[in-house]
Formats: sequence, structure tokens, C-alpha cells
Amino acid sequence: MSKISIKDMNLWYGDFQALHGVSLEIPQNEITAFIGPSGCGKSTLIKSLNRMNDLVEGCRIEGDILLDGKDIYKSNTNVNTLRKDVGMVFQQPNPFPMSIYNNIAYGPRTHGVKDKKELDEIVEKSLRDAAIWDEVKDDLNKNALSISGGQQQRICIARALAVQPEVLLMDEPTSALDPISTAKIEELVTELKEKYTIVMVTHNMQQASRVSDHTAFFFNGYIIESGDTRKMFTNPKKKQTEDYISGRFG
Amino acid sequence: MKAKRLEGVMQGVFLFSALISVLSIILIIIFMFAGGVPFMMEYGIVDFLFGDRWSPSNTPSSFGILPMILGSIFVTIGAVVIGVPIGILTAVFMAEFCPPKLYKILKPATNLMAAIPSIVYGFFALQLIVPIMRNFSGGTGMNMLTAMILLGIMILPTVIGLSESSLRSVPRSYYTGSMALGATHERTVMKVIMPAAKSGIISSVILGVGRAIGETMAVVLIAGNQPIIPQSITSGVRTLTTNIVLEMAYAAGEHREALIATGVVLFVFILMINGLFMMIKRKESKA
Repeated sequence: MSKISIKDMNLWYGDFQALHGVSLEIPQNEITAFIGPSGCGKSTLIKSLNRMNDLVEGCRIEGDILLDGKDIYKSNTNVNTLRKDVGMVFQQPNPFPMSIYNNIAYGPRTHGVKDKKELDEIVEKSLRDAAIWDEVKDDLNKNALSISGGQQQRICIARALAVQPEVLLMDEPTSALDPISTAKIEELVTELKEKYTIVMVTHNMQQASRVSDHTAFFFNGYIIESGDTRKMFTNPKKKQTEDYISGRFG
Repeated sequence: MKAKRLEGVMQGVFLFSALISVLSIILIIIFMFAGGVPFMMEYGIVDFLFGDRWSPSNTPSSFGILPMILGSIFVTIGAVVIGVPIGILTAVFMAEFCPPKLYKILKPATNLMAAIPSIVYGFFALQLIVPIMRNFSGGTGMNMLTAMILLGIMILPTVIGLSESSLRSVPRSYYTGSMALGATHERTVMKVIMPAAKSGIISSVILGVGRAIGETMAVVLIAGNQPIIPQSITSGVRTLTTNIVLEMAYAAGEHREALIATGVVLFVFILMINGLFMMIKRKESKA
């Protein structure tokens, strides 16, 4: 079942067209990976799924993006609710310069949770779900910037989970991390797909093949090929895909 | 060989330039303390700092500067209460809410505010604030509240400039992080950007305090200048700086030394404020 359907979408930054006629189905409770060389439009597409592109000046979009069958670019869409439902984790870990507890509680508070006990529960559950509770449970009042980069990234994942999203967008979540932290995040992501639909941009071919169920290969603003990850990596239909996956360019 | 010699000469020139400023501050410290401290010792530090009578022309004359110390502190607190909220909110507006067209006017305007000579501010207050105050509270209209309002305006460019730049230097990733959680622009600014810029904003307030406490020419025109502890916010007030400028022209002997000693006290205040500023800056660079 498709959680998100992208239909014939074009996107411009000013005069520059960054996406050309992109269509893609993103299945529920599975991991979809976006791969492709730098500047091919994969980050642009992922940022369109929670309308973070609205913050980019001169960005214009044509076509439809449906979340559970509803067009998220309709004028009556509440962008704040959309972003609550479609959470995002960034390339660089970006915890706020405040305590770990307040980082996680920020989202729920934003959406109206005030009760201290309820917040405590959300914080603990989110940190457990992000597999970092045991590492930080005694340091919840510590500044989130004082922990390691890998831990920070899991704090950011916990922060995104705390508002109970349905979809989790991850824009190269491990590219700034060391191999051990990367392995932890990958393991975490495979666990998270039980509850969430996950879309992940990655530069790392092995990561895409290890973690994802579906893959879309982007090139110059077009989706060249998309489908089941295993099939695509063992038996790509297009020559370009094969060349990229085998490392001949990109 | 020639290039090397030129390099050596230039290095000397740079060093000399750097030394001039260091030398001036050292000379200032030496002369201030040499001129003022002996008088304080002779007159008695406690009598000088905590005496509430300043009457240099009486016999025997008394030189208690408590009224001026309190005057400076009160006026500065008032300026902070008035100027800081306005300044910080202006900075937030300029950094996060201002349409680019308006910004093109607002930014040069606040910069210009910093460049206006203080005597012009004093004159402006004399023409505008003093008459209003006269209607409002009676008397001459030259009082502590007038000085507070004027200084509140005068510290605005300091507070705005530094606060705005510290708001702008908050990493953009905090902003996108908050927006991606579904927070509104307003909430993001208030709950994430402003707290992240906190130490810069506090520094701007401290520099504003330094500006308010050191201001002289504007204050002397509108504060009333009575050397007595002000009994209410609409009493006239004399500050440390105005005490010096009012009497230095005709002071001689002990009186003159007492004024220099007043300068020493002011200098110590400024040193404390700067020390605080540097402490916060250091903490910021560590974090």
C-alpha cells in the first residue's frame, strides 16, 4: 500500500528546473532509498514531502504529492500538521543548544502537550525508540551539543519521533558519522520501519542495498529507475543505473 | 635581502601601532589612579564613597559622592528597563520578521543613531522630552525620568546592533530543525533562535549599560544636576560623569582631586562592566 504517491511532479528553483516529471509510490512501513549523484534532485524531492521547500525562496512546484490520498500542496493544507506527520532528520545532526530533555520535549510542547508527566513519558519512549535511552538516561539535563555526533543524530531521530509522525524523512542521516555510529543508525532504521514509513537519501550504495526495501535512482532531475532494492541492485533495467551502482560514475 | 628588510620594518610599524593603543590605556590608568587615589586615601574612602553631602565650596568642604553613584546606577537601571526590551524586540524584528525593503531603511537608521553626537541627543531631549515631562510632573522637567528615557533611546543602537548580529549568527540548521517539527516561524524564533543567541543578547545589554553609565553631555543638559540623593523618579539627579563635567572648569586643589577621584570610581564601574562582558564572551566561545 502506498503511503505517499508522487505524480508527475516538476520543481523549479527560480529558472532552474530541479525535478522533471517525477512519479513515485512510497509504500507504507517500508524503507525507500533515494540514490544518485550529487545535485540530481533526491534531496529536493525529499524536502518536498514535508514542504520544507516552502522555505526556499523561488521554489515552485507542479504536479501532485498525495499523503494517504490527500494532496499536501492544496491551499488548505496545514503545513505545521503536515510536518508533524512527516518528520525529518537532517544530514548534519542539528540538536538545539538546550538539554537533551528539552530537545525531545520541544516538538510535543509545540503541539500543545503541557503535562509534565506526559512529557516525561514521551521523552523516555522517544529515546528508547531511537535506541539511545540507555546512553543518556542519567544525563537528560545535559546540553545536547556536548554528546558525540552519532548520539546527537539519534537524539534528532528521537526528537522527530516525539511528535508521533507517520513518515520519517532522512536526508543522508549518516554521512557525517563514523562507521560505528552509522551501523547503529542503520540498525535503528530497520527497526523503525515496523511503525513508520521511511524515506532515506543516501550516497552510500552499500547502505541503500543493506537497509532499503525500495530504491529510486535519480539522475539530473529525473527518476531513471525505481523498484525493489534487491532486484535493482542485482539486475538493473537501465544501463545508467547499472553504471552508477557499480561505481562507474557518480 | 631587500624584501626581508622591508618585512622587518613593516613588522616594526605594525608593532608600534599596536603599542600605541596599549600604551594609552596604561597611561590613562596610571594618571587616573595617581590623580585620584591619594585624595581618596587622605579624605577617607568610606567618607568619599558613602558620604551623602557634596559641597565643595563650604568650609570645611565635604566630598561625598554617594548621590552621584546612586544617580548613575538609578539612571542606568532606568535606561536598561526602557531601552533593552525595545532594543531586543527591534533586533528580533530586523533579523527575523522584517521585509527586505523596510530593512534597507531600518538598518542604516539604527546605524545612524549610533553616530549622532550625544550633545545632539541632549538637545533633542531638551526640546521634546523636557517640556512633556514639565507638563506631566511639574517642576523644571529636568529629572531622573527624563534622563532614563533619553539614555534608553541612546543605548538602542548598541543593543540592536549586537543583538541582531548574534541572532543572525545562530546556525540555520536550528531554524530548519524546529520548522521540520511543525513549529511556526514565530515559535521557532522565540523558543529556539532567541535562546541560542542568549549570550550575545546579554552582551549587548552589558555594552548598553556601559554606554548609559558613561554618557555625559546629553545627561548634563536634562537631568537637573542636583548633587543630592534623588527622592523620587521625578527628582533632579546628578551622575558621576556630569559631576565631573559641571565642576572641572573651575575646580582647584582638593576639589579638583575629588573630581578626578570621581573619575576613578566611574572607571572602576566601567572595568567591572567590561570584565563581565569578557566573561560572558569567554563562556560563549567555550560552549
